[in-house]
Amino acid sequence: MTTTAPAPARTPPRAAGRRRRPGVAHLGRRDTAVLAAMLGVPLLLSLALVWGPALLSVALSFTRWNGVGELTDAVPVGLENYRQVVTNYPPFWPALQHNVVWLVVFLVLATPTGLLLAVLLDKELRGTRVYQSAIFLPVVLSLALVGFIWQLVYSRDQGLLNAVLGTDVDWVGDSSINLWAALLAASWRHVGYVMVLFLAGLKGVDPALKEAAALDGAGEVQVFRHVTLPSLAPTSVVVLVITVIEALRAFDLVYVLNRGRNGLELLSVLVTDNIIGEASRIGYGSAVATILLVVSLGVIVPYLVVVLRERRGAS
Amino acid sequence: MSAATSTAPPGRAPARPAVPRRRGPRPARVVLHVALTLVAAAFLLPVAWAVFTSLRPYEETARKGYVSVPDTLTLDNYRTALQDGQLLPFFLNTVVIVVPALVVTLALASMAAFVLSRFSFRLNLPLLLLFTAGNLLPPQVIITPLVSIFRDVPLPGVLSSSGALFDSYWGVGLVHVGFQVGFCVFVLSSYMRTLPVELTEAARVDGAGVWRQYASVVLPLCRAPLAALATLQFTWMYNDFFWALVLMVTGDKRPITSALDNLRAGFFTDNNLVAAGAVLIALPTVVVFVVLQKQLVGGLTVGATKG
Repeated sequence: MTTTAPAPARTPPRAAGRRRRPGVAHLGRRDTAVLAAMLGVPLLLSLALVWGPALLSVALSFTRWNGVGELTDAVPVGLENYRQVVTNYPPFWPALQHNVVWLVVFLVLATPTGLLLAVLLDKELRGTRVYQSAIFLPVVLSLALVGFIWQLVYSRDQGLLNAVLGTDVDWVGDSSINLWAALLAASWRHVGYVMVLFLAGLKGVDPALKEAAALDGAGEVQVFRHVTLPSLAPTSVVVLVITVIEALRAFDLVYVLNRGRNGLELLSVLVTDNIIGEASRIGYGSAVATILLVVSLGVIVPYLVVVLRERRGAS
Repeated sequence: MSAATSTAPPGRAPARPAVPRRRGPRPARVVLHVALTLVAAAFLLPVAWAVFTSLRPYEETARKGYVSVPDTLTLDNYRTALQDGQLLPFFLNTVVIVVPALVVTLALASMAAFVLSRFSFRLNLPLLLLFTAGNLLPPQVIITPLVSIFRDVPLPGVLSSSGALFDSYWGVGLVHVGFQVGFCVFVLSSYMRTLPVELTEAARVDGAGVWRQYASVVLPLCRAPLAALATLQFTWMYNDFFWALVLMVTGDKRPITSALDNLRAGFFTDNNLVAAGAVLIALPTVVVFVVLQKQLVGGLTVGATKG
């Protein structure tokens, strides 16, 4: 990790020279054109494929449109789609509720578990790499494949869980428990993700500080609370953002398990259902997508402010 | 992270004898090891269960139950999954989509990162934030308009049998590029910022234009982050399920991860076959994980450690 990982952001390489980065005003015409192209092409792709469609989603949410034909055929209907979605679209409230449960379980259980494991494994411990690898393994699997693998555990007749417990529970089909079954599978992957992020953050905690605190008679818990935890603040912001975004993005797993129905509705599933499902209502889908957009920007923007502040401080 | 680790470790080992830390008593260590072993085993269990199931003939599990001592272990399920399930063409679809998308993403991202990190102008930061934020949006936010835009962009039949960007390898590859470029710009620009200004300054004095400064000076120094990003992006693009599910309708064109869905409906009739298929599909990313773990973790954690 020492030699390969990018971003040695902590070293102050510019401290000695303290030279400012060059501006663009003095550049020749040719250089300016080259720079414009180098930045312009990726920027254009990002705008055309991400930001443009995101704005179009918002626009479509205020219109009625059949999804085929020209985009200009869309009829403006004001807030009608939103009104319909909240009053007259049965899966909406369950989906919203499931997303909230998903987020709460991630925040309260999965993420702290990842932090705990990172703290335990950050010590000089024999075999720590082996433990880390085992817990990290699910992270490299796609969420869709996670669904497949857990189906082998949850399957009613052929699954591991019922065989071991001697039960006959339909873990994926029963709408009163399938959300928890899905959350266990999702957490299986999320815990490792969080652990590896915090492990990286913990490597940045100055060991001298910990030694000093220990010398002053602080116990392990106190050292953790007063030394380790504060220095994990930047990592925690990133983990928090990733946790929220992952909870909003959750789709593949429930789609593989049961197409996101009957207890496994999520906002992301509703959006998708309205494009590739039978009863596609672009307006509904776009309204739900806009809600997703607003919620995600709610965590993305504060995160960017943190990034921005660091950048300003660094340069 | 590398900076953090490169400053920290030398202090660790030698510091220990000088400052005797209060270590937990031996039994505490034992308890910790037992607990961690149980946790690690629990995390491995689902995968181990899949491997175990995949190695058993269906007849035997039907007779004895899935939780039973095996009489025979065989690779037959893998043969069936590969041959009768025709998995190989789907793997090929993945290669056709992921390899070009990966190369283009890294090329474009390194250019944008170069401009954003080595030159200062007014829109510097806003543009960087725009790239970064784009990658964090849930894909569902942009999918609805994307489908109709892709339907409206024609491609010659030579390039796509659907005659449009929709339902083509190009479309899925393109959306990977558009979506992932943001993350790569973020990572690469924070790395490039740490390279001394004098490097490109010297090249400029020697008469190198900005392209040569990029291609001959900065890029060769970025091998480490590029390797980390390539590893991570391969995993992400390989693991994509959603884009190809929605942006393609022809099942035969889908990459392997998205093809899972068809395969389950049509071909995977029993759990033993499902398990074999799952293990086969997991194999490429697990191999990457085993061989390139450092790069993978390095790419994943780069945003998390900048203090």
